[in-house]
Amino acid sequence: MADTAASAAPTGHAGSRDLQHHFDSLEQQRDASSLGMWVFLVTEILFFGGLFLAYTVYRSRYPVAFAEASRHLDITLGTFNTAVLIISSLTMALAVYSAALGRRKAIILFLLATMALGGTFLGVKAVEYTHKFHDHLVPGAGFRFPGPDARPAEIFFSLYFTMTGLHAAHMIIGIGLLTVLVLQARKGRYGPGYYTPVEVSGLYWHFVDIVWIFLFPLLYLIGRHLH
Amino acid sequence: MSQHVVPPRVYFAVFAALIVLTATTTAVSFLDLGPWNTVVALGIAFLKATLVVLFFMHVKYSPRLTQIVIAGGLFWLAILLALTLSDFMTRGWLPILR
Repeated sequence: MADTAASAAPTGHAGSRDLQHHFDSLEQQRDASSLGMWVFLVTEILFFGGLFLAYTVYRSRYPVAFAEASRHLDITLGTFNTAVLIISSLTMALAVYSAALGRRKAIILFLLATMALGGTFLGVKAVEYTHKFHDHLVPGAGFRFPGPDARPAEIFFSLYFTMTGLHAAHMIIGIGLLTVLVLQARKGRYGPGYYTPVEVSGLYWHFVDIVWIFLFPLLYLIGRHLH
Repeated sequence: MSQHVVPPRVYFAVFAALIVLTATTTAVSFLDLGPWNTVVALGIAFLKATLVVLFFMHVKYSPRLTQIVIAGGLFWLAILLALTLSDFMTRGWLPILR
């Protein structure tokens, strides 16, 4: 495989294949793209922040019911999925690193690994959701919960499905983004001069990982010390 | 400088720290620490998030402008949380308006 590293010349002069005319240099172009992605991610922080706020309000109101309801989540699968997402963030970071060095095969391999890990996460999530349906823990007419705290427990599971569902939707979008990256990388589009799509998609992927880093303790771990 | 290429050993070190912290937060959740359970869980989550942001997302090496935008976003999140919770958490403090 011919590396694209040889052909790319990140000089920053007008006329470079990778440089848009309205930027002074490749570095300025790259910084502008990262900044743009971060502005989007700030809106995402506030979007998920609102959900975490709703969680905090209801958990402070029904602390015992939330702890009891949390014990109905599968801590083994939750911990496993947390590890899967952390590994996927590592492979994503290595994909960006490979792109910066113009190693085409490595970019594709690390992107495919990241997608496989993302798919694993979603598969485990599907298994968990199936269990919740079997156990009548899905909010609605069929919801059943032992004890006096059925109503607030239903609120916990409403938040659980909303937050993990929106998180999973972000994962699916992320896998879609990575699919495009793999196709472009196969054409040798990315090298030291230009790998912005890999870089900003990496930012998105890591952000989704961070959302899970907060979801995991707040949903799965709050009732483990009881009984 | 965004041109900065982070060596892989940094990524592996951060990855190892994230895995250790995940194991720690799971193990600690089985201990009864009273209100400290939540403090420890959130503290570890913030630490993990900070590691991801600084190293995986290269913010440690990003231009100052990017860092300020992120700090601004987090400040806005703090406003969202603080103003709303200052309402919900103080309801019932005064006997009026019950």
